[in-house]
Amino acid sequence: MRVAVPVFPGSNCDHDALHACGTVIGWDTIPVWHQETRLPEGTDLVFIPGGFSYGDYLRCGAIAALAPIMADVKRHADNGGLVLGVCNGFQILCEAQLLPGALLRNASLRFIHADVHLRVERADLPFTAAMKAGDVFRVPIAHAEGNFTLEPADLADLEARGGVAFRYCSPQGEIGEAFVPNGAMNGIAGIVNVRGNVLGMMPHPERVVDPRLGATGGMGIFRSLATALAPRSYE
Amino acid sequence: MKVRVSVQLKPGILDPQGKAVEQGLHGFGFAVEHVRIGRLIELEVPGTDAADVKARAQAMCDKLLVNPVMEKASIEVL
Repeated sequence: MRVAVPVFPGSNCDHDALHACGTVIGWDTIPVWHQETRLPEGTDLVFIPGGFSYGDYLRCGAIAALAPIMADVKRHADNGGLVLGVCNGFQILCEAQLLPGALLRNASLRFIHADVHLRVERADLPFTAAMKAGDVFRVPIAHAEGNFTLEPADLADLEARGGVAFRYCSPQGEIGEAFVPNGAMNGIAGIVNVRGNVLGMMPHPERVVDPRLGATGGMGIFRSLATALAPRSYE
Repeated sequence: MKVRVSVQLKPGILDPQGKAVEQGLHGFGFAVEHVRIGRLIELEVPGTDAADVKARAQAMCDKLLVNPVMEKASIEVL
């Protein structure tokens, strides 16, 4: 299992991703500078990390979406390769049009760092297969622009095709505006593309996989990925 | 030619920044509503044909300057 972590100027969660995938889980995890034009040979998963790529200039993720490495990330995704974008990585995937929608300023106008609960809406994805629909897990958020927005017709399409992977919820899994920290439409915390191989989410599962740090709420996603990619590792 | 691109959030999109500024203005006693905050981008585009320059500025908007999910632009060739 080989993971590539694109690093942009201003990425600041790249080491969280490298630590989670490399040190904790033990995958072959390689940082890839944004000026590179090719992902490492045999990349199974591209993990686009959080941060403030290019200082959030113009719009969050807008400049990173044009970086040379992103052309190869698109090729990887078009070939069915897995792509996970977290926080700024989600914003980059939207700007690169690998995922629909946009992430606006939080409704509160504030940067929010907090633990939230997510409900699994799709358990048939490579990112979620080790979990069950309706499962609740606890992960941190840390963002100022996580207010997921789509045109009403496109939002209806996204919901109709089951594009929502995770929704903010109460610790018991109840859905409602009170549990949405940032104003995101329909409480959407993470979405997938039509093919189900590109996932973007605002919360940080990679920060809660190391038991020494006191919480492992994000482990379900990594356990799922390990299962999804296991057959390929033994080819 | 100089080009001015004004990028605004679409009407339906919540603008919390505009709301905050509106409340600030109310705090000073100004009667004001529907404050919306956008972005003004000035460009120097080579060429002398205004229509052609405008078309290229439009292409720049489509490629990078504007996110059509949430924004719309008006282009002015000066």
